Amino acid sequence: MSVKTFSYEFTGPQWKGKTEFKTGNFINGEFVPGGSGKFIDVYNPTTGKVIAQISEGNAADVDLAVDAAQKAYDTVWGLKTPGFARGKLLIRLAELIEENVDELASLEALDNGKTFAAARNFDVVEAAACLRYYAGWADKIHGKVIETSEEKFGYTRHEPIGVVGQIIPWNFPFLMLAWKLGPALACGNTIVLKPSEFTSLTALRVCTLISAAGFPPGVVNIVLGYGQTVGAAISEHMKIEKVAFTGSTAVGRTIMKAAAGSNLKKVTLELGGKSPNVVFNDADVDQAVKWAAHGIYFNHGQTCCAGSRIYVQSGIYDSFIEKFTAHVKTLSTLVGDPFHPSTFQGPQVSQIQYDRIMHYIESGKSQGATLHLGGERHGTEGYFIQPTVFTDVEPHMKIVQEEIFGPVGVIAKFEDEEDVVRQANDTMYGLAAAVFSRDVGRAISVAHRLQAGTVWVNCVNMLNSQIPFGGFKQSGIGRELGEYALANYTNVKAVHVNIGTNM
Amino acid sequence: MALTADVTLPNGKKVTVPTGLYINDKWVEGSAPKLDIVNPATEELICQVSAASEKDIDAAVAAARLAFKTTWGKNVTGFERAKLINKLADLIERDSEELAQLESLNNGKPVKFALGGDITDTIGCFRYYAGWADKIVGQTIEVDNKTKLAFTRHEPIGVCGQIIPWNYPINMWAWKVAPALATGCTIVMKPSEITPLTALKLNVLVTEAGFPPGVLNTVPSLGSVGGAALASHLDVDKVAFTGSTITGRKIMEAAAKSNLKKVSLELGGKSPHLIFESADLDQAANWAIMGITWNTGQDCTAGSRLYVQDSIYDKFVDILVKKAKEFVVGPGHDDNVSGGPLVSKTQFERVLNYIAAGKAEGATVACGGEKWNGKGYFVEPTIFTNVKPEMKIVKEEIFGPVLAIGKFQTEEEAIALANDTTYGLGAGLHSKDADQCMRVSSALEAGTVWVNQYNLLNNNVPFGGKKQSGIGRELGSYALEEYTSIKAVHWNFGEKLPWPL
Repeated sequence: MSVKTFSYEFTGPQWKGKTEFKTGNFINGEFVPGGSGKFIDVYNPTTGKVIAQISEGNAADVDLAVDAAQKAYDTVWGLKTPGFARGKLLIRLAELIEENVDELASLEALDNGKTFAAARNFDVVEAAACLRYYAGWADKIHGKVIETSEEKFGYTRHEPIGVVGQIIPWNFPFLMLAWKLGPALACGNTIVLKPSEFTSLTALRVCTLISAAGFPPGVVNIVLGYGQTVGAAISEHMKIEKVAFTGSTAVGRTIMKAAAGSNLKKVTLELGGKSPNVVFNDADVDQAVKWAAHGIYFNHGQTCCAGSRIYVQSGIYDSFIEKFTAHVKTLSTLVGDPFHPSTFQGPQVSQIQYDRIMHYIESGKSQGATLHLGGERHGTEGYFIQPTVFTDVEPHMKIVQEEIFGPVGVIAKFEDEEDVVRQANDTMYGLAAAVFSRDVGRAISVAHRLQAGTVWVNCVNMLNSQIPFGGFKQSGIGRELGEYALANYTNVKAVHVNIGTNM
Repeated sequence: MALTADVTLPNGKKVTVPTGLYINDKWVEGSAPKLDIVNPATEELICQVSAASEKDIDAAVAAARLAFKTTWGKNVTGFERAKLINKLADLIERDSEELAQLESLNNGKPVKFALGGDITDTIGCFRYYAGWADKIVGQTIEVDNKTKLAFTRHEPIGVCGQIIPWNYPINMWAWKVAPALATGCTIVMKPSEITPLTALKLNVLVTEAGFPPGVLNTVPSLGSVGGAALASHLDVDKVAFTGSTITGRKIMEAAAKSNLKKVSLELGGKSPHLIFESADLDQAANWAIMGITWNTGQDCTAGSRLYVQDSIYDKFVDILVKKAKEFVVGPGHDDNVSGGPLVSKTQFERVLNYIAAGKAEGATVACGGEKWNGKGYFVEPTIFTNVKPEMKIVKEEIFGPVLAIGKFQTEEEAIALANDTTYGLGAGLHSKDADQCMRVSSALEAGTVWVNQYNLLNNNVPFGGKKQSGIGRELGSYALEEYTSIKAVHWNFGEKLPWPL
């Protein structure tokens, strides 16, 4: 049983340099072999070829990681390391990430297929910013003192939970890692985290930075592997009191059932979406076109809050379509090598995703929607799909109902506000929504009626670490980001101190 | 003409100290008579520093206002403020040895305490408030979902005048500067005319950290000139003052008369320390003696009145006096020293006058009370027993290592004695009876109550005075309220107004 080393030379054009790190499980501060002895192939989605192998972890590895995490919690972490010290370590980690931004961005682009520019200027930068934000909270986890009578001193403590399990997706591997690590560590928890088997490289690379920042061994543990084995082991584990999952709604259900069936561990879920983008007649059409395109094509459509259903009011419909078409045609010429500076869109993350998206495109055609733009593979190598637009869609169509998770948008015309709000809300999802109108009063009142955890007004897909994010309905349970995320990682204890009541 | 002086630090190293006013990132000469900065251990002149006149204060306020309108305030995100404040903490850490030496030279405190206490807390204070900078949130408030969105914004107050004392020059600087910068305010800082040197050095670090010009301006001056000018300035939005209650009154009057600027005050104290019979006597004595000798008694929360339960009185006073005699005063560079000199001749004479008054009013000197032989404003710990409530040494703040000890029988009596003061800054109690600890801590009229401890603060726990010890709170999340101004926004999107009504 061995641990492999991944070594790669990036030749630019935007960054030249070498990366080298071990690809075993990271448990108790060390890279260790996977219990199964097997390995998982890592594909470069730009070429479709295998570039690395990572260890395949199993349930026994999860046990080891939980033991390490529990020991760290009992001896050096939790409240034994006070908040200001936890905050200092998080700041240090953010600094180390910032110092290695180009290498991490290159690795993310190689592993996930997103452009180097996006990985560098968005994913990695925002990941560091997220850690800085939560570093600030670490010594500000306040309870309350609650007055009842002079005979009692009553107060609450917001204690860390202990060992938490975290399962993250492949669409923003590094950023999702930061979203999970930040609040969990700030509150004093220790972590067993499973990155996606498709995109584990940046999670592995950051392990040495976590150690270098000064986090004691066992505070952060990474177990590689598949959802059905490692993910299941985490959600069923009797010694993990909380699991946080980001991924599909289908898998989210499985996680929640496993949590209920095992030890009723606390569950937070960030799931799928089919987010509506509503463009009114009085919108700034040029801006709405750009935002709408950003909403669906950002990250190649592989975004849980992608604005994948675009509703355009009839008065500006033709103008919108004309401008949107022109804009997307331009974007279509910028599909290609993630490392090329002018590339807008790289490949989809995997063969499975590619097949899935193409299947939806076929379904759109066969159900009678008009394939307005795109719809084909781009190039002959790698998992590239052209930016795609369907028009003349009906609510019952699969491409309108189901989450495609690719660069495929559907555009529908609407007449009145009541109708569009009903259509926008007619989904089991409720992650995000956007409203475009220059009548801000109307935009706000519509925003308030949309059943979504995040509603954008005159923008789309713009998040901040300081503002909470999460889903209504089947898009999720709980909130990430902002102060709200702290609630996911604390246990409230009420203490009643009797001053003067005798039995 | 260079606005600097070469100064020899206690460790022998030479350092260049800025001696001008720092306005808009430029060193300028002040137009008031220069200030003599004296080494209180040797009574010798360290250097002279420029002093600001009212005209100079105007310039500083104008620089702060411009920065607030253009590069700071709402022009900078909380995230960016957080990064800059963390950078400042890093720089203070980098220069901590030099700053500790300079602080000891100017203020007299032991270098080891300046480094391990004042500066460590200062770095922690900046890191703490850096964390708040992007977390200044308002509320959204449901009024009528069909017609109105109501919300609050916690906006930076604006240009803040900050006036700090000479007892903890660096740490008091941090308590003021950190929350003000975190919330987006700009600052005109008037350090004490006795101890301006570290504030001037620190302003240089603020510039090095990357804060835009004019965000922090430093204007040493006499309180009656610079302090008064800031308190009455029509373009200063808020004044924060730490110092004596008498001066605090003047600041508040000036604020009211001028533009009703917001005022926060950290003033004096005559903090009571209660020793109950169940207390661990040795530990309580350690906390009690530390409570009056820390910083040579020059602490607003100094535990300057000690009340001991009669059943343990003799035993406790014995233990306490023994420990008081172990306290060594001497120059701050000496690592064996527990306390340095008082900060100035004025303070020195003041404390000696109180000691004389104590003797004249008939209190018994249990230890200390003698005049120091030799150079330097040194006073040894002095303990008075057989005190009466009306004595000056019991009623008035001495601000030196002078303790008055009284006796009590019951818990009620202890509380009454403790609360019999116009001050309300700190209080301490020592008892192993948990119920008693809760009852007494609830009854004590003080902004900070220590149970089985004294004088130790934390950056995330608020600090401030009840009664005439102050207005407002520093430290913790509460300090943010002093530097933010609430705006409520009522956004109508659904209500049409008929006319006539």
